[in-house]
Amino acid sequence: MRPVLTVLLALLALWYAACLPMNLREVLTEAERAGVPILPAAAVDRIDAATIPLIVNNISALGGSWSQERPRLPAPHQIAQALWDSTVAEGLFNRKGELSNRNLLYHAGTTLFPTLLGFVIGTFLGMVLAVGIVHSRAMDMSVMPWAIISQTIPIVALAPMIIVVLNAAGIQGLLPKAIISAYLSFFPVVVGMVKGLRSPDAMQLDLLRTYHASPAQGLWKLRLPAAVPYLFASLKIAISAALVGAIVGELPVQQGGLGAWMLAKSYYGQTAQIWAALIVAAVMAGLLVVLIGWVERRTLARMGVPA
Amino acid sequence: MTLVLAAFAVWGLAWALNGRLANGPSRGTMPVRIAVPLLFGLTVLAVWELLVRGLAVPPVILPPPSAIAARFAENTGVLWQDFVQTVLKGALSGYVIGVAAALITAVLVDRFDFLRRGLLPIGNFVAALPIVGTAPILVMWFGFDWQSKAAVVVIMVFFPVLVNAVAGLADTTVMQRDLMRTYGAGYWQTLVKLRLPAALPFIFNGLKIATTLALIGALVAEFFGSPTQGLGFRISTSFGQLAIDTVWAVILVAALAGSAFYGAMTLIERAVTFWHPSQRR
Repeated sequence: MRPVLTVLLALLALWYAACLPMNLREVLTEAERAGVPILPAAAVDRIDAATIPLIVNNISALGGSWSQERPRLPAPHQIAQALWDSTVAEGLFNRKGELSNRNLLYHAGTTLFPTLLGFVIGTFLGMVLAVGIVHSRAMDMSVMPWAIISQTIPIVALAPMIIVVLNAAGIQGLLPKAIISAYLSFFPVVVGMVKGLRSPDAMQLDLLRTYHASPAQGLWKLRLPAAVPYLFASLKIAISAALVGAIVGELPVQQGGLGAWMLAKSYYGQTAQIWAALIVAAVMAGLLVVLIGWVERRTLARMGVPA
Repeated sequence: MTLVLAAFAVWGLAWALNGRLANGPSRGTMPVRIAVPLLFGLTVLAVWELLVRGLAVPPVILPPPSAIAARFAENTGVLWQDFVQTVLKGALSGYVIGVAAALITAVLVDRFDFLRRGLLPIGNFVAALPIVGTAPILVMWFGFDWQSKAAVVVIMVFFPVLVNAVAGLADTTVMQRDLMRTYGAGYWQTLVKLRLPAALPFIFNGLKIATTLALIGALVAEFFGSPTQGLGFRISTSFGQLAIDTVWAVILVAALAGSAFYGAMTLIERAVTFWHPSQRR
């Protein structure tokens, strides 16, 4: 634990130091307006001046680097402040008693539900297709190469289009984002599941044949249980893909969600709020992966797999 | 109506043919292994075309493939410029920088146990995060041109490559390292002659994952601001004009670029790690 903390502290210190050059020009302009003498005095001369001499010459005027209104790089405590302001201090409900859209948690929820719905749909369809692929040679040979090629295509780029098309077709709200999440979580599950369903070796398959097991029994009693570890490995990839899909899907339609929040704040240069949304997204992704890991450990333990 | 029926007929026929081919006597041969997926792809295109025409789907929602191909053919000049802007300038330069940084970091992490215990857990955590979200910030810092796209790509490819490279560098047996020691090899000789080659299969695994991520990063970053060219820019403006067939043509370009990028990495991998069991045929 100690090395992790040390590295984290070092990163934090680096961050505070980086605020100096990143916010330098704006800070100097502000100090100049407040009447502090700056070297060189004219803002025009500062545009092309090298960064390090500027910092060294004006070291006493740089106190504002960590407390700017709209910094290029907000200091960690400013992000923490923004995070606090937009979650706890904001209040979950507005004056009309509805969920407040100024609260970041509301937007996190708006992103979370399509993520989960899409993840469930995508996982289910992926498992069904994987079973089909394992049981039908024709399906395997025709679909599998395309499934692999589709992994190399930047599918997320499709997301805004799918949203708008579905909007035009009258489908709005939760479902379009969930479809994108489902699409993104679909292929990792297919690939992992096919690998898992094929993982029983010839000896085990032969044993089932000597028991005169039907293909369905083979599926339920041997292939599916053998695929569970592979499935969980894919699920962890799929859930973060689903979250990315939901966030990107919120960009074109400004109806709430972390993606919409980030885009809106980027228009107004409110960087601390963008970072706050990033942190919320990161925590959400982390929690979801940890949750799947927990379910994985419980399931594997119940199935008698040695840890 | 006849077109819709034709679509079902084409689907049924092609599926039957594929079934015959896949279960027939020549199923293991190379021509069949290429023909079956190709036939499937063509069938999907044919069914798409017939259904869109038969059901009179408005082209604003889903254009037929023939219209997309026509649009692709007439706009090759513009699409090529977009390709250069997004893929060559944004994605590729970011990819090279990100991979180089990740490999150097991996060697450092491997050398210093402190970094392995301190940096690697953080790297693993960050690798699972929605890094695309940093795009608006980086666009704000580096401007609208390709530099900001390259920056997003650097962050996106860094962690997968780092994690894979570190795993690869640890993938030598005690016996192999002992052999190097009996030869009197130093740290650098062991690194260059044994451990880096042994790590290559892992590194290429990361490199192949990173190709897709690079394209995603470059494209999505353009949604947050771009010059008046680029694949992401073309997607969002063509939308505004409801020129959906152009959007699909752009996506075709992205798909071709993604497959070519991935295919190129696979070919390099095959040439460089020919000795690895997974490459034997």
